[in-house]
Amino acid sequence: MSSNADAPVETATASVEDLQAHVETLEAELADLREAVDDDGQKSMTIIATKGTLDMAYPPLILASTAAAFGWDVVVFHTFWGLEILHEEKSKNLKLSAVGNPSMPMPNAVAALPFMDNVATSMMEKKIAENGTATIEELIETSLDMGVDLQACQMTIELMDYDEDEFYDGVTTGVGAATALQHMADADVQLMI
Amino acid sequence: MSQHEVTQTLDVKGLSCPMPVVKTRGAVDDLSAGEVLKVVSTDSGSMSDLKGWADSTDGVSMLDQEETEESDDTLFVHYIQKE
Repeated sequence: MSSNADAPVETATASVEDLQAHVETLEAELADLREAVDDDGQKSMTIIATKGTLDMAYPPLILASTAAAFGWDVVVFHTFWGLEILHEEKSKNLKLSAVGNPSMPMPNAVAALPFMDNVATSMMEKKIAENGTATIEELIETSLDMGVDLQACQMTIELMDYDEDEFYDGVTTGVGAATALQHMADADVQLMI
Repeated sequence: MSQHEVTQTLDVKGLSCPMPVVKTRGAVDDLSAGEVLKVVSTDSGSMSDLKGWADSTDGVSMLDQEETEESDDTLFVHYIQKE
């Protein structure tokens, strides 16, 4: 505790001008820190969407559109199978997997039969329509309208041999992991789905 | 019934999460300060969701929420004021 004991002596010997300059420096630093922390109070969220099944396409889009309604700055970075969500044609034909899903009302041996994924998908699509749940296409259009930045991983676009024209208008292309990380570092909420 | 002076009514009957919140945001954006939006939903989750949205979003406040019956449906009615 010797440093505490020394402090009053230093204060006593410092001139008023020195102290004033010191206070001004501290106030400037505090203002900088406040600005860095506060950021106008606007929250932001980054989601990494990696799955392309019908059930896994919903959570990123529901959270993204809702966060946009809160006025948040939202980025959804789509990579690997998550890219199918942004693909205009494929997004309308996303499938539900019947196999390996314990919530399916059928044993795996039956679920593995040909066309069972189509049967499960049709059942789900019927429920979605009956429940008034938005379609994937509606959620994408809504998210884009609300200013959500839907990003398509450039590496995956090339890996899957997609053409940039095949994605919805308004989707950001030409971005990679570094862009995603940059948003994640600044975001209040980061999710990988 | 609520005695709030309603400027506009938004019908989101039959829609489920996240559409009631998303459409409410759009409707509130079209209002002027002080005006009140009435939102009518059949989604029971909208009671918690719209309250949560209004409480944590700048520039809006939830004045009132009520449950009413209309034929066979339960309606969840929200009164939101733009500040």
